[in-house]
Amino acid sequence: MAKVRGAITVNEERCKGCDLCVVACPTDTLALQPNEVNDRGYHYSYMANPENCIGCCACAMVCPDACIEVYRVKVDENK
Amino acid sequence: MEINEIIREENKVYSRPELLDEVHMHYCPGCSHGVVHKLVAEVVAEMGLTDKTIGVSPVGCAVFAYNYIDVDWVEAAHGRAPAVATAISRLWPENVVFTYQGDGDMSAIGTAESIHAANRGENIVMIFVNNAIYGMTGGQMAPTTLVGQKTATTPYGRRVDLNGYPLEITNLMALLDGTCYVTRQSVHTAAAVRKTKACLRKAFENALAKKGTSVVEVVATCNSGWKMSPAKANEWMAENMFAKYPLGDLKTL
Repeated sequence: MAKVRGAITVNEERCKGCDLCVVACPTDTLALQPNEVNDRGYHYSYMANPENCIGCCACAMVCPDACIEVYRVKVDENK
Repeated sequence: MEINEIIREENKVYSRPELLDEVHMHYCPGCSHGVVHKLVAEVVAEMGLTDKTIGVSPVGCAVFAYNYIDVDWVEAAHGRAPAVATAISRLWPENVVFTYQGDGDMSAIGTAESIHAANRGENIVMIFVNNAIYGMTGGQMAPTTLVGQKTATTPYGRRVDLNGYPLEITNLMALLDGTCYVTRQSVHTAAAVRKTKACLRKAFENALAKKGTSVVEVVATCNSGWKMSPAKANEWMAENMFAKYPLGDLKTL
């Protein structure tokens, strides 16, 4: 069966660390950086569990600063 | 499969709308305004109206909307966005005109302009972001503040005997013959964002078809003014705001 794999990129300087993408993510992929901050002092979002991502775009939809871009591929496991 | 195999241009399914300018928005982290800006930018670009859209920005937190969405803008005096939009849509009838207003702008100082523009059936889209508080000036009580809600000017909660009842201006507009489409939506979840986008698109289509005034209310959060985290503010909104401001279409013609 084809499996869907996704990945996101976060514009780290634009991210304000509001946590809304982390809450919106249905697969527990995202988290806020525990220690790192960007130039503005925000703990930006990143893929803490990248293997969970299914590319559903929920994080990008709710992001108020439009800093998330989403990629998605279908992986055929039989190959 | 490695992450860098997935992150390739041909696999991209969601990207930042082209009409959003490359500046940092001044909004607080988690502010609903950013999502609504994003949806307006997406809808205008998808409908191919980039060169035909004129926005009228309000006074309030969204006063700098003209810095963020790359369409033509006019900045109106406080509450007068529908009056300015009326003039623009009558003088440039081939263009699509929308106002972007907060609850202080539309339901307090601009009540007369908003209601009369809707009553005249001007061919404009009114986007009304209702977060039940005056965000820009420091979280004072707005006409839409819920009964019992604590704000800077109602530190013990809004009292009906002192401050009256919350104003449901969108419901008033739905009663007017000039409006063709009145809806109340929200942007707190991905599903709600998708729905709001469809409503905005419908509103812009109505303006193109000269059907009358379309009002899209977005029940929103002001996490700074409410003194909550963005995620908590969304929860509080779903629990409390939706009881007074239920989501859904109020009028469709």
